[in-house]
Amino acid sequence: MKTENAISCSFYWTIWGGLILLLGVTWGVAQFNLGLFNVIAAMTISVAKMLLVILYFMHARYSSRLIWLLAGAGFFWLAIMLTLTMTDYLTR
Amino acid sequence: MPEPQSIVAEQFEDAAQQCEAATLGMWTFLVTEVLFFGGLFLAYVVYRHAYPEGFAAGSRHTDLFFGTLNTAILLTSSLTMVLAVQAAQANETKMVMRCLLWTLALAGGFLVVKGFEYHKDIVEHLVPGAGFSPELPARAQMFFWLSWAMTGLHAIHVIVGMGLISVMTWLARRGKFSAEYHTPVEIVGLYWHFVDIVWIFLYPLLYLIGRHA
Repeated sequence: MKTENAISCSFYWTIWGGLILLLGVTWGVAQFNLGLFNVIAAMTISVAKMLLVILYFMHARYSSRLIWLLAGAGFFWLAIMLTLTMTDYLTR
Repeated sequence: MPEPQSIVAEQFEDAAQQCEAATLGMWTFLVTEVLFFGGLFLAYVVYRHAYPEGFAAGSRHTDLFFGTLNTAILLTSSLTMVLAVQAAQANETKMVMRCLLWTLALAGGFLVVKGFEYHKDIVEHLVPGAGFSPELPARAQMFFWLSWAMTGLHAIHVIVGMGLISVMTWLARRGKFSAEYHTPVEIVGLYWHFVDIVWIFLYPLLYLIGRHA
């Protein structure tokens, strides 16, 4: 990983502000009974928070393609495990 | 540009390659961790589908205040961790130590809040087994079994992270890091952010999505 000093402290604080904002939104949405939308909103916001952490705090955005491939493969295999298992349980 | 002998091990061309190898190694470990926690997430999805009433009843008994507070604490600890890496890049050793100590304090705070929450759960008989609260459907035990297992495994990772951050603080104090060499701080940072990501998903699954179900 390159250790270029291109990212400033204030940028990291901005990302943190975004994360806390998303936490507030997901907490707020959970106050209302929106049925299935509660689940969709909560999981979408969690994925957004995860992407902020991976891309900026873990510097994945500035990492090599090899790291991208490896990280992507991990989540791809997780998706296979969840999807294929649920195709069984959901269709019984 | 030739690198000083002490920084680059002989099997590497230069410091950048050495850092990339270390980063790749840590990510390889994190991929195994994704699948390790993934098994529990899969169990959650399967049993939530199988026992919707049990999971809805269980979710309503988790403490949203403790959960939200702990999410904010961990997100902030990720900020202080990345600021430590940033300070190492800028060669500010004092700032590295300050940021690492803040991360350590926030991690400790997380465990304290978690401890209060565990205590509340025990008092309210939310531990699966013979003493489980009779007011809840029996199948809510599966929700709490997963809740205890997932947060417990996560807490073990937090404790391991605190150990690693402590070592980094000690190494920083001994002047081991510089703008040229601070790979260990970055690598521990990767681990710490992963622990944060696990919690980012535990928070909605345990505290949010079942509240109105």
